[in-house]
Amino acid sequence: MTALADVVAFGCLLAGAVLCLTAGLGLVRFPDVLSRMHAGTKPQVLGVLLVMVGAAIRLDGWANAWMLLLVAAFQLLTAPVSAHLISRVAYRRRHVRRDLLLVDEFTGTGHQDEAYRGDEPGDAPPEHPAARPGG
Amino acid sequence: MTVEPAATRLRHQVPLAVWLVLVWMLLWGSWSWANLLSGLAVALVVLVLLPLPHVVGGVRVRPAPLLAFLGHFVTDLFVSGAEVAWQAVRPQGVRRTAIIQVQLRVDSDLLLTMVAEATSLVPGSLVLDLDREQRLMTLHLLPVRDHADVERKRANVLLVEERLVRAFGAAEDVDALDRARTEVAA
Repeated sequence: MTALADVVAFGCLLAGAVLCLTAGLGLVRFPDVLSRMHAGTKPQVLGVLLVMVGAAIRLDGWANAWMLLLVAAFQLLTAPVSAHLISRVAYRRRHVRRDLLLVDEFTGTGHQDEAYRGDEPGDAPPEHPAARPGG
Repeated sequence: MTVEPAATRLRHQVPLAVWLVLVWMLLWGSWSWANLLSGLAVALVVLVLLPLPHVVGGVRVRPAPLLAFLGHFVTDLFVSGAEVAWQAVRPQGVRRTAIIQVQLRVDSDLLLTMVAEATSLVPGSLVLDLDREQRLMTLHLLPVRDHADVERKRANVLLVEERLVRAFGAAEDVDALDRARTEVAA
């Protein structure tokens, strides 16, 4: 019985660690901020959850399990929020590889970029300097 | 801020207080009267010092749709986690992404928040923007093959919304969902 539990815990911990590794790889390999945020939310959250499950099986006592449950719950609640904030800022600062976009339906910024097509630097000047107040 | 009867305010604060006490007990990891009382004290201090606006609109929990939602959610979590992980390790990397807008049908702050959280975690999408007035959600999609795939992902988001509303929505939210569906069908 304990052997079986150990095997399951081992599998969960290993799978979780591998998923966290792919999340890190994604952060390096993905082409722009928006894509990187995908890597920062999905495989990473799943990885943390699996590590929590593995640890809960392996650790004795309910006290630890409750703590791990809290960690998992807050991970699920907070990861999308931080990813949303970072991607929204990135979009507004034009850190978007537009050449990779198949569809772009977002018109929230009021105008579509004409000259900017790639991953512009964060301090890139606005596309329409004349439209800037006082510019 | 409008002054409201103390009873109403208390009723709105009770779920939050219960949640705070629960978190406190979970953090201590064991049940005891001392934990309960100290948790209550901490919850009261938090509620007095950091008052939150209360959520407008009632929420009810229906067990069967909730189980259905959780089942789909966990499956989606695994599928999308594996999908993005594969994108990260495969040699050619990311080819195509997309930014789409989805017209949601639900009109409740809490449910919209839940839909946004759930779509961020599951079907290959990330919330860029949520227009509360128009109920328009802007998403960034990562693994995109073609236009048909984009439409499939859009339908998937609406499906997540529907499952959530059926699990948590008030009666009028479910009605609004059914109305929108018959309008589309007509």
